[in-house]
Amino acid sequence: MDSETLLARITDYENRPNPYPLYAELREAGPVVRQADGSYLIGTYHEIAALLHDPRMSADPRIRTAPSPYPSGETVKPPFLRLDDPEHHRLRTLAMRPFGPPHSPGRVDAMRGEITRITGELIEELRDRKQIDIVDDFAYPLPITVICRLLGVPREDESLFQAWTDSIVATADIGPEEDTTERDRTGRQARQEMGLYLVNLAEQRRDRPTDDMLSAFVNEPDPALRLSQEELAETTVLLFIAGHETTVNLITNGVLTLLRQPEQLDHLRREPGLLPRAVEELLRYEPPVHMRERIPHADIDIAGTTISQGTSVVLALASGNRDPRRFHEPDRFDPTRPDNQHFGFGSGIHLCYGAPVARLEAEAALGTLIPHLSTASLVQDPPPYRQNAMLRGPRHLPIQL
Amino acid sequence: MPGDLQDGRIVIVGASLAGLRAAETLREEGFTGSLTVVGDEPHPPYDRPPLSKQVLLGKASADTTALPMRRDTDADWRLGVAATGLDPLEKRVMLADGESLPFDRLLIATGTRARPWPNPEEASLDGVFTLRTSDEAGGLAERLAAGPGRVLVIGAGFTGSEIASACRERGIEVTVAERGPAPLVGALGGTLSKLAAVMHRNHGVDLRCGVTVTTLRGDGNGRFTGADLSDGSRVDADVCVVALGAVRNVEWLAESGLAAGPRGVACDAGCRAFNMYGIVTDDVFVAGDVSRFPHPLFGYQMLSLEHWGNAVAQAEVAAHNMVSPGPLRRPHLAVPTFWSTQFGLNIKSVGVPTYSDHVVIAQGSLEARRLAVVYGFQGRVTAAVTVDMAKSLDYYKHLIETAAPFPPPLGSADRAIAADITIPSDVPDPSGLSHGPTVALTGHLPDRRLTVVQPTG
Ligand SMILES: Cc1cc2nc3c(=O)[nH]c(=O)nc-3n(C[C@H](O)[C@H](O)[C@H](O)COP(=O)(O)OP(=O)(O)OC[C@H]3O[C@@H](n4cnc5c(N)ncnc54)[C@H](O)[C@@H]3O)c2cc1C
Repeated sequence: MDSETLLARITDYENRPNPYPLYAELREAGPVVRQADGSYLIGTYHEIAALLHDPRMSADPRIRTAPSPYPSGETVKPPFLRLDDPEHHRLRTLAMRPFGPPHSPGRVDAMRGEITRITGELIEELRDRKQIDIVDDFAYPLPITVICRLLGVPREDESLFQAWTDSIVATADIGPEEDTTERDRTGRQARQEMGLYLVNLAEQRRDRPTDDMLSAFVNEPDPALRLSQEELAETTVLLFIAGHETTVNLITNGVLTLLRQPEQLDHLRREPGLLPRAVEELLRYEPPVHMRERIPHADIDIAGTTISQGTSVVLALASGNRDPRRFHEPDRFDPTRPDNQHFGFGSGIHLCYGAPVARLEAEAALGTLIPHLSTASLVQDPPPYRQNAMLRGPRHLPIQL
Repeated sequence: MPGDLQDGRIVIVGASLAGLRAAETLREEGFTGSLTVVGDEPHPPYDRPPLSKQVLLGKASADTTALPMRRDTDADWRLGVAATGLDPLEKRVMLADGESLPFDRLLIATGTRARPWPNPEEASLDGVFTLRTSDEAGGLAERLAAGPGRVLVIGAGFTGSEIASACRERGIEVTVAERGPAPLVGALGGTLSKLAAVMHRNHGVDLRCGVTVTTLRGDGNGRFTGADLSDGSRVDADVCVVALGAVRNVEWLAESGLAAGPRGVACDAGCRAFNMYGIVTDDVFVAGDVSRFPHPLFGYQMLSLEHWGNAVAQAEVAAHNMVSPGPLRRPHLAVPTFWSTQFGLNIKSVGVPTYSDHVVIAQGSLEARRLAVVYGFQGRVTAAVTVDMAKSLDYYKHLIETAAPFPPPLGSADRAIAADITIPSDVPDPSGLSHGPTVALTGHLPDRRLTVVQPTG
């Protein structure tokens, strides 16, 4: 059956520029669509929402029993993104202490000025250029500078962490019928090296705190609230990577969307107050995270299909975001959309930890770029995409100013 | 004809959450006629939940909880004047200032007021408070800021518990007196009330259960000084908060011929008021805390809720139905939800916990102070309460809506070891409590229900 190859077709690089027709096909095929390898694909809004809130669904890849298209051999404890409660809750809460409310309510907001300064500097450098690459010249430098500053990682080490990031992100992809042994090995090694690097940085701040999260982690006075070395490594690697990889795509997708729709670009130029809502709409319309995997703890029934315990279930968040049963004219980019409960940051207990920073960065970046885009045009449409189907976005976005 | 319904005169009595949201929805749905909102309080609509939380903590002042207006209601706001009567034949609402307002359709949204201390003389002592209005909250917050030696809270329902929590957070000594066996037991049953009692005591509350306050004492100059308890003990305090639940504001409807009584104004699922013969009206609607409506998920019993979310949802349905012809009217079938914050815990409930015979801890544990308790009645899920686990609530809501079997199926990483053992929900008879529960089934009690024998095989 055709629908059994949907995941393979979605992950096929060929379809990276526009997977949306495949998502429509997925929703057509029903709420629960079995794949040839026995895993399931789910692309309808209400089913995704229910599963993201269902305590019977696990995020932990180690409970997977059935054969699946995902990287195997993960023996170490995953970062909290892929753990279940109560362990997930403990680690996420500890990671939240130096980052957000209630213990650090001002941390993100205090970045506002700095983010504005960075975007200002970036746009200044582009002043006399005729052609720029949105990714390399803007969408990447902003979040990487911000996450370095937040965590306390020297920007000078870029060559190191960029290579590690690339290898780790590659293992977070899915590719049915592919041999991923080599990729997984490289990824594991990168994860280890990067963890060691971050823990070392943190250790240098023990008793000599600088105003950043690594310092806060190692100088936590209450021993009960301290992360172990291993946890510190896993957590900071996660925060560092999740803290910029996705935002790069969000900003780039934003520019791409606006350049494809000059009337909306013009609308936002005239009404900058709409920007926060435009970012929300972008998170629905072109989200950086397209899919998440979940695995049932017990045999569960979804819309009449029984999925057995341990079977891989892929939730196509980006498809849910365009479900016509949930959103009016879902394929229209509409920054004034009134009811916009998208899955751009997921939902449920794993709801994106970094969402407040991502929103701030995307608003600042688009707010700075929009006045300069009125006469800009895309050099290449579609632009070249990254390999990754889960974390989808253009590798480059050359534009003519 | 829809054209007619979008025009004419609509009067809303009650200028608070339900009244405001209804006014906004009427305009949202295209009502172009004249709209008058009558409220006996002098303030524009404001939000009450922060009054027992942020305001008492000194984090917000009582006059800053104004409700945001989502759109221009283009209404005539008659504030500071009470409605005193309703003439259903003449279609007029009588006001305390002698005026009477003609209407084509009326919305009753007069909510509730705090149940006063039964002895008026004692109640009028300086230092004795109830907490329902922003003025009351402002006065109480001022006293708390002055640093009283001890506060006595009478009643350990949600409001009483939140007040005690705020006092402790401010370092004020507090005694809580409750007639029932534990805090919140009337709303949440035995299991969670045990956790609530531990939370009170761990935070230094002097919690006294199974006692009643018999007398409030003054110093001879009209100042509150302490109280006598039924166990013969005595509490010396400078401030007393009477948190004995709420009384529905229905007195003004006494002569109206509507089915209005102590449990509220009865209405159908479309928010249309019943008259005293049980005949549905078509021009008088009800919404919010003052209403009492049938709910199919809870045996079609009439529900009285004191829930913020219900006031909003019901006001929207009432407003929609006021301007829509019959076939386009909607029922108000929302699953009740409620939240409270106290002692650093975020408590949320969905469904009707009192409509239960058994409970099971489905996730987390009492020890971790992070858990989800699922309530069942005769083998199906009827409610769930989460403590610091609100993100799971949607899942349980779905179980309630679909009348899923109780106990719910296995399968969650943080499911407690004892999770398969259901225990009695232990919801006491409300008459044994000091406070009223915030959700009441105003029909017969669930355990007196007839059992429908299901065919087997
Ligand atoms: C301290 C406190 C904390 C709360 N915390 C929570 C919480 O955490 N979560 C939650 O879900 N709910 C909470 N609630 C409940 C929530 O505030 C109510 O459910 C909500 O206010 C109901 O709105 P309403 O408009 O129906 O009634 P009300 O807010 O009671 O408004 C009715 C209005 O009508 C006026 N009125 C009465 N009689 C007349 C008359 N004859 N003429 C003119 N006007 C009249 C009243 O003065 C009042 O202004 C809390 C309530 C209080 C008091």
